[in-house]
Amino acid sequence: MSYYVQLLLNGLFIGLLYALIAVGFVMIYKASDVINFAQGEFVMFAAYVVAACLQLYDWPLWAAILVGLAAMVLLGLLIELSVLRYLIGRPIVAMIMATIGMAAFLRGFAPLLWGIESKQLQLPLPEEPFFIGDLTLAPTQIFAALLALACIVAVGWLFVRSRIGVALRAIADDQQVAMAMGIDVKRYFALSWALAGVIALAGGIVWGNMLGVDIQLALVGLKVFPVVILGGLDSIQGAILGGLIVGITESLAAGFVDPLVGGGTKDFTPYVLMIIVLMIKPFGLFGKETIERV
Amino acid sequence: MINRESGTFKRTYAQDMALYRAPLARYTMIALAALGFAVFPWWASDYALNLANLIAIACLGAIGLNLLTGYCGQISIGHAAFMSVGAYSAAVLSLKFGVPWWLAMPAAGGVSALVGIVIGIPSLRIKGLYLAISTLAAQLIIEWTINHVSWISGGTQASLYVGKPSLFGFALKTNLQMYYFILVVLVAGTVFAMNLLRTELGRSFVAVRDRDIAAEIIGVDIFRTKLTAFAISSFYAGIAGVLYTYYYGMASYEAFTLNISIEFLAMIIIGGLGSILGSIFGAFFVTLLPIFLERGLQMIGAGLFGLRDQNLVATSSSLKVMIFGALIMFFLVVEPDGLNKLWNNVKDYFKVWPFPYE
Repeated sequence: MSYYVQLLLNGLFIGLLYALIAVGFVMIYKASDVINFAQGEFVMFAAYVVAACLQLYDWPLWAAILVGLAAMVLLGLLIELSVLRYLIGRPIVAMIMATIGMAAFLRGFAPLLWGIESKQLQLPLPEEPFFIGDLTLAPTQIFAALLALACIVAVGWLFVRSRIGVALRAIADDQQVAMAMGIDVKRYFALSWALAGVIALAGGIVWGNMLGVDIQLALVGLKVFPVVILGGLDSIQGAILGGLIVGITESLAAGFVDPLVGGGTKDFTPYVLMIIVLMIKPFGLFGKETIERV
Repeated sequence: MINRESGTFKRTYAQDMALYRAPLARYTMIALAALGFAVFPWWASDYALNLANLIAIACLGAIGLNLLTGYCGQISIGHAAFMSVGAYSAAVLSLKFGVPWWLAMPAAGGVSALVGIVIGIPSLRIKGLYLAISTLAAQLIIEWTINHVSWISGGTQASLYVGKPSLFGFALKTNLQMYYFILVVLVAGTVFAMNLLRTELGRSFVAVRDRDIAAEIIGVDIFRTKLTAFAISSFYAGIAGVLYTYYYGMASYEAFTLNISIEFLAMIIIGGLGSILGSIFGAFFVTLLPIFLERGLQMIGAGLFGLRDQNLVATSSSLKVMIFGALIMFFLVVEPDGLNKLWNNVKDYFKVWPFPYE
């Protein structure tokens, strides 16, 4: 019995981390209708910056995080100002391709600066796992979950309560009307990219800590798609719920199906789940359904 | 370039629909064919032939993707997966069932087309972004399946060794022989695609792309059109996959990863969406770019910065990826209609040369 509970628990924790990355993704989609295929590379780049500061330059953790913050905000702004601003109103494939190009760029840029070999991103956490009954919990898991929760709550607060959030929601609803009400849409696009950079930094720290930092880290970006499709592309709570569902499905599949087929189902079940959801409920659990009129 | 259009009047629909609409086009085509079939292979080195083969296969794949994405407007991020289906079908057919290549090749294309239809079914309900993501899922699922089902992939390395095709008892062994083989397939594929676009089906592709609801109202069966586009596109992909398999002598799933799908998308975007010629330009560009970049960068790195061995390889491969990404973004911002548009600009300039109107 405790084996299953442990599986569920692992799934929940990993799901929170997926949700953390997905929130950054949803943020950009909501504001500017851009699907960000470079989300994983964002996370990787952030982890690279922090790990390089820690390991190569021997800086204290707070300095590394501050540098990471500055780098990610700058990166987000740069992308928006130099590329995506010019693609507004272009076909979807152009947008997708631009972010894929960005992804390739980052995948070359980070190792060019800091080397291709894997780095460690160590956080000052205790080594000993916690025990609750039969269940074990690693301190990194707990820290990661707390950080993810904090970020998600902060983003939720930002969207619902703050002035920025109101503006972002207005833009998501109708860009022209938002402009007419005096919202500087372009500025908020840039802002949403910068914010996504900040969320990617949080993702980079936890994922980099768990998996080590090299270009393989960018692969977590692929897991975002099942999460956001499940939850609905433009919904923050959807991203959270989707993340949890994907995390749990993955963990259960690894626990139950892997022994039967010989491993690897973890990378595969989320996509099957996603295709099923796409067929039944294309806009996800909480996504806004668009009705097309001629 | 010397394709003067002034003075050629089209008096019938047939003339307007013709493949060669200007009288000189016919001769340009003959010249191109002579270049491709006689001059180039006679003059080229073995290495150049190798590149030419890779480009030709990429052209075929890019034309297939352009039919689906450029003409029918259905974004696919799973093109390499369709290629892998073709490659492995041909390999399994010839290894397990002893089917000869001339039967295995179209059969593999057919299997690809079937898989393409299945993947295309969601396009009934979803479009745009959502469809793109579902093809991404298809790519990952197919990749996983081939990698994990040992009946298809034959065990651990997931690579199957396949013999070269043979013609009248002669096995096509050298690069030169394979070059002719691939070129013939490519020409057939190109001519088929160009003709397809002049038919009712080709027109309905474009109608669905431009406004699917309007297309439905004027009587285009959207679902059937989309599925046919998926089938034809994955047939092309399957054949390209088979050609890779014959060319390398083995089917390996590493040749058909997500990155390859993205490269094909890059080809049709850099070359020009919705243009056959553009697909060919794009295939040239995307296949040759990394090779030249790598060579150039290694020369510069060794000469200017004194990098050696491992350092040199790591730096140049990172730079290569970086420049590739930057170029994609550059093209999207600066020349969204791709190389084909540049080519058309040149042609338009020379149309009235040396006496422009202005």
